[in-house]
Amino acid sequence: MANTIHIDIVSAEGEIHSGPATMVFAPASGGEIGVAPRHAPLLTTLKPGEVRVQTEGGEELMFWVGGGALEVQPHKVTVLADTAARARDLDEAAAQAAKQRAEEAIRDRVGAMEIAEAQAELARAVAQLRAIEKLRQLRKGG
Amino acid sequence: MAGTKEIRVKIASVKSTQKITKAMEMVAASKMRRAQDRMKAARPYADKIRRVIGHLRVTNPTNHPYLVEREVKSVGMIVVSSDRGLCGSLNVNVFKNVLAMVREYQAQGVEVRLTLIGAKALQFFRRLKLPIEASITHMGDKPHIADLIGTVKAMLDLFEEKKIDRLLLVSNRFVNTMTQKPTLLPLLPAETVDQADLQERWDYIYEPAPDALIEYYMMRYIESTVYRAVVENLACEMAARMVAMKSATDNAGKLIDELQLIYNKARQAAITKEISEIVGGAAAV
Repeated sequence: MANTIHIDIVSAEGEIHSGPATMVFAPASGGEIGVAPRHAPLLTTLKPGEVRVQTEGGEELMFWVGGGALEVQPHKVTVLADTAARARDLDEAAAQAAKQRAEEAIRDRVGAMEIAEAQAELARAVAQLRAIEKLRQLRKGG
Repeated sequence: MAGTKEIRVKIASVKSTQKITKAMEMVAASKMRRAQDRMKAARPYADKIRRVIGHLRVTNPTNHPYLVEREVKSVGMIVVSSDRGLCGSLNVNVFKNVLAMVREYQAQGVEVRLTLIGAKALQFFRRLKLPIEASITHMGDKPHIADLIGTVKAMLDLFEEKKIDRLLLVSNRFVNTMTQKPTLLPLLPAETVDQADLQERWDYIYEPAPDALIEYYMMRYIESTVYRAVVENLACEMAARMVAMKSATDNAGKLIDELQLIYNKARQAAITKEISEIVGGAAAV
């Protein structure tokens, strides 16, 4: 139908919604915007909030997004949703944590890692012993 | 013969091991299917973002550092591995590739910095004297992109600070259940986008400015690429484990057959010996 626009809502982990709509509302970074069919091409970022989709049947669907981006093409709206709440300092903290994990893993000489390695070594030794035993049995039996 | 009881015990123990490997095989098979679904689910987002970046680049040629090639003095590598073993040579193949590349770069006097995803990579590369910038382990069977943000950001920061001039991603590609191939994907500077995809072109209204948008999209693009690699690696891990466990189960079956044969022979020998003893005894009387 001429009076609808196709909307795709996707996140990095999966597709959330796809279908025709008569109107789409989204929380753009500059304030809430409404996108009707034949809206001008637009690229913008989204704040955390609700994306509302009005379907042909007059129903209104609501999707929560933790931020993201909105792209309007002549016949298509795409919402690229972030799955997690994002902020610059949150990202920074996550990066710090990732660095710390690496440092700890290098420093930690007898940590859990070492134990796992020791266990693997032990399993290997046991397997070798078993193989030797099996060979002996074969020689005895055959 | 004294051996028979021991052989019987041995057979029982191999049988119980076989049960475990069989169970692991089936678990891996079902987890592999789920990981593959997740892999497919991640595709639309990455495709859409790539298309938008393509548009942005064509209509707005910028010199954003993420897009500009520069002289390579230091290379950052994100290595994806599994957390657990018993998956054949999956991780070792990736590590071998990384080591070969590291040696090549070092021969050219280029420094290598690593970011490691998965416990196996951490175990392996910890022994080498290479700088490890960030790491994440134990993301489980359902990795979330939120877990990866920090790890990726650490590398992006290094790139912006010009401490690395190129960022590569090494992980396993899922070819099919039997084949997983270690692959290398350059992340930064970003590759030029296929012009063929951009037949339709239009100018967007930008809100905020294009530069900020490019930064936003590039970051999300790289995160989603890394996420996809992690999910794909998970599918590979499960496939490799499935195959490894299948051959372990088969081997256990063979071992049981062999042991059974030995057991039967030993039993027969014992009976024969007993009869000959009785016959010998009767003859003596």
